Amino acid sequence: MRKGAGVGTNPEMAEAARKRHTFLVRVTHWLMTAAFLALLVSGLELVVSHPRFYRGETGNVNTGTLFKIPIPSSRDLVPTGYGYVMPDQNGWSRYLHFQSAWVLVLTGLLYVAIGLFNGHFRRNLLPALVEISPKRLARSVIEHLRFKRPGTEEAWSYNVVQRMAYLVVIFVLFPMIIWTGLAMSPSFVSAVPGAVNILGGQQSARTLHFFLTLALVLFLLVHIFMVILAGFRSRMRAMITGRAAEPLERA
Amino acid sequence: MSTISRRKLITSGIAATAGVSGLVVAAKLAKRYGLIPPDSGGIYGPGETLTYAAQRLLTRHSMAREFSASQVSKKPFANEVAPLGEEFQRLQQSAFADWRLTLDGMVTRPATFTLAELKSFPRRSHITMIQCEEGWSYIAEWSGVPLSHILGLVGALPQVRYVVYRSFQTDWWESMDMADALHPQTLLTLGMNGGELPVPFGGPLRMRVPRQLGYKSLKYITRLTMTDGVKQFGKGLGSAEPEAGYSWYAGI
Repeated sequence: MRKGAGVGTNPEMAEAARKRHTFLVRVTHWLMTAAFLALLVSGLELVVSHPRFYRGETGNVNTGTLFKIPIPSSRDLVPTGYGYVMPDQNGWSRYLHFQSAWVLVLTGLLYVAIGLFNGHFRRNLLPALVEISPKRLARSVIEHLRFKRPGTEEAWSYNVVQRMAYLVVIFVLFPMIIWTGLAMSPSFVSAVPGAVNILGGQQSARTLHFFLTLALVLFLLVHIFMVILAGFRSRMRAMITGRAAEPLERA
Repeated sequence: MSTISRRKLITSGIAATAGVSGLVVAAKLAKRYGLIPPDSGGIYGPGETLTYAAQRLLTRHSMAREFSASQVSKKPFANEVAPLGEEFQRLQQSAFADWRLTLDGMVTRPATFTLAELKSFPRRSHITMIQCEEGWSYIAEWSGVPLSHILGLVGALPQVRYVVYRSFQTDWWESMDMADALHPQTLLTLGMNGGELPVPFGGPLRMRVPRQLGYKSLKYITRLTMTDGVKQFGKGLGSAEPEAGYSWYAGI
């Protein structure tokens, strides 16, 4: 109560009120960004050594596929239809992939733990119950589809579609991509066999890992597009310095 | 303002000190309990060390998944093998009667075994998956002599920490820690899917380490050396793989 009452009267509190993103959110956001991009580049590189996907436990060049990606491979025994073998880059790609995975997992755990503890999710990301009505959701979706530039109040808060997208990324897509990644580890599944058995096999885990990557890339592209639409400089400033562009007007 | 920043300063000071000393203690403990892989240097060292240490704490005694006979792959894939040369062909023509497995290093009874001798030792078999780092896989039934049995025969000394294993293809050599060397599923493999181990799949003698990627399951094994460290082998990174840019530990 005291904190709320002090807003605007005490210079320190007014300063705090101009803050858009906390230090924790900003640091974890950029660490996750770096780790995700490293995982994406190295992961796509690893796909090049075997651009074939399967369902179930096993699959190799002697078996059928679920689907193939029509690109040349970095292994000459993979029949791709191209008379060309790409250079093998798997060594550093694997080292980088797993090191970045550690950065992503540890940063993510820190973010989620502190976010649950200090009310970040409840306050900033959980949509208000009234907002989840079909009418309100539909309106927000239509505003997005019309590329309507967000109003100034959205420099201070997230809209309902945005909140739900972030929650899905944080609590569904990232946990799932980490899980499917671990399910491909022969050593991890020796200790936790259920992690891969539930997914229907090791090759199914690999295929799911790939589709989850596509979902996260789609989110990334939409996210960057929305940031540009909303005002690239002001949104970047908010995520780097923590301050929003316009000072908050409180009636 | 001054009280808050002083308190902040003190708390962050304590946190930083605790963090640094925590890391130092963790590093010492990791070294003492053998949780640091031989290729822990370089920019990817932290990630490798975290992976290896975490997995050794979690998986020291865990068993690789075993499958049913109906899950054995009808079309296993042997992968490419560099030409094995004339000497190998000569050995193959005499049904590998002259193939030898040499055991040396920190053992009380160094020995050399023929395939016939190896075949007379207790056998174990398992139906497990072999998974290539590239992404493909197959399931087969593997049968062979548990490496732990061989280590007992030659009397591996208590200070042994790694088993270095070498292939007929001298470019390829590997090493594994004792968690894998003494693991009941780690086999000196002589047979596959009920028959002899075919040459493309590593016959006459292949190491099977089913809790790690395929490249740890080295083909054409000729020599095992027990050692307390891998510094003196090759470039000291534990195997030929890190020298080619791949990680030594392949449990992922």
